[in-house]
Amino acid sequence: MKLTLRVWRQKNAGAEGAMSTYEVDGISSDMSFLEMLDVLNERLILAGEDPVAFDHDCREGICGACSLVINGDAHGPERTTTCQLHMRSFQDGDTIDIEPWRASAFPVIKDLVVDRSAFDRIIQAGGYVTAPTGSAPEAHATPVPKADADFAFEHAECIGCGACVAACPNGAAMLFTSAKVNHLNVLPQGAPERETRVLDMVAQMDAEGFGGCTLTGECATACPKGIPLVSITGMNKEWLRAARKVGKR
Amino acid sequence: MARTMWDSTVGKKTVMAVSGLIMLLYLVAHMIGNLKIYFGAGEFNHYAHWLRTVGEPFMHYEWTLWLIRIVLVVAVVAHATSAYQLSRRDIKARPSKYVHARPRSSYATRTMRWGGVILGLFIVWHLLDLTTGTVHSGGFQEGHPYQNVVDTFSTWYGDVVYIVAMLALGLHIRHGFWSAAQTLGVGSRARDRALKTVANVLALLLTAGFIAVPVGVMTGVVS
Ligand code: HEM
Ligand code: FES
Repeated sequence: MKLTLRVWRQKNAGAEGAMSTYEVDGISSDMSFLEMLDVLNERLILAGEDPVAFDHDCREGICGACSLVINGDAHGPERTTTCQLHMRSFQDGDTIDIEPWRASAFPVIKDLVVDRSAFDRIIQAGGYVTAPTGSAPEAHATPVPKADADFAFEHAECIGCGACVAACPNGAAMLFTSAKVNHLNVLPQGAPERETRVLDMVAQMDAEGFGGCTLTGECATACPKGIPLVSITGMNKEWLRAARKVGKR
Repeated sequence: MARTMWDSTVGKKTVMAVSGLIMLLYLVAHMIGNLKIYFGAGEFNHYAHWLRTVGEPFMHYEWTLWLIRIVLVVAVVAHATSAYQLSRRDIKARPSKYVHARPRSSYATRTMRWGGVILGLFIVWHLLDLTTGTVHSGGFQEGHPYQNVVDTFSTWYGDVVYIVAMLALGLHIRHGFWSAAQTLGVGSRARDRALKTVANVLALLLTAGFIAVPVGVMTGVVS
């Protein structure tokens, strides 16, 4: 395949960025999108140019490091991570636009790499459980109803990639935060901090400068792990419940 | 508690949802009341007079009406203020657009902000037209709402302003009602279809019911 790539290039956080055009040839449709970028970077290095910086780690769709907006879609046209997107989703001769996640809470560090540490701080704000650590507990010591376990697991699938923020027209982190809140709030292990967790995580989310939810549903459409839009409804419910309970104290 | 609500994006959105639902409830009653125009001047004017005497003798003349007006003004101000503050925040949170843009989300969803502004302007015009009579076309007569309504909808601009605003209202409610359910945490996977259906039915009934009045005047059924 022969492709025309239009890639966002930006030297550093302070620099002005712009789209640059590159031609790449000899791309196999079995390559992943990141392997296609590796091909581009090898050529840029050989030509003595600065390679395109982009995030990646596991390349198997589980770490949440990869992050590209491809033709206007976070993680591209398929519902998966960029590392699991393959070039067979494109046609020979295509022009592909590649941009970084856009949100003021995710500033660009270089080219396609953005700083997502705001997510870490949201997790820190409420993300631990008061449970004894050390030896693994008996599996049946704390019974969890099957439906709750499934619900928790569905939300635990969030890999924190930030596609929800990138897709949201308000740069909101509601889907991410709701995945974390719902995951722990439904389980008995997460019950002692049920109220403080949701209040503190939402407060941190606001403090980081993310926008608010207008229920466009773009986040859930972009999520490579299929976290559903009703997760946000669930977090709103938890938040209102917590605000009422804490208000009474 | 009040501070927790107002300082949080989730809490402020709750204010928006509750105030929106209060206005929605009022609009359903208002729409049904308006349709009495089809039963003639006597019944319509009598209904308008009754609005001022509801609750008597416990309430004094117009007390109930003023109570409703106060609740509505508080709702409009709370709704518009939270909408403005949240929108400002949303725009700031996403300053740079994607070069590769594509249309996102439904028309009703995308037009909430401008549609809201249209509704806000409409509310002001509507009050100045039919409540105070300040911008009324022809001689505004206090206590003769039937004639005032006919006068308003006998002008082309009266009809255009009103119909455009009611279409904006339908779109606003279509996304707003369902959104409010999510904001208040009562939405769920099982209820999603039902909520969307109720939102669409409410939007359609309100828009059609309100527009029926200028249409009645335009076609000469109401004169
Ligand atoms: C002063 C005029 C108004 C303005 C400026 C305004 C603006 C807005 C905005 C910006 C939103 C948020 C949209 C979004 O989430 O995408 C909204 C939501 C809403 N509006 Fe309005 N609106 C106005 C009048 C009304 C009226 C007259 C009603 C009565 C039916 C109403 C009912 C609602 C409801 C139920 C919501 C949903 C709240 C939620 O998302 O939880 N609005 N409005
Ligand atoms: S690189 Fe780990 S999820 Fe894509």
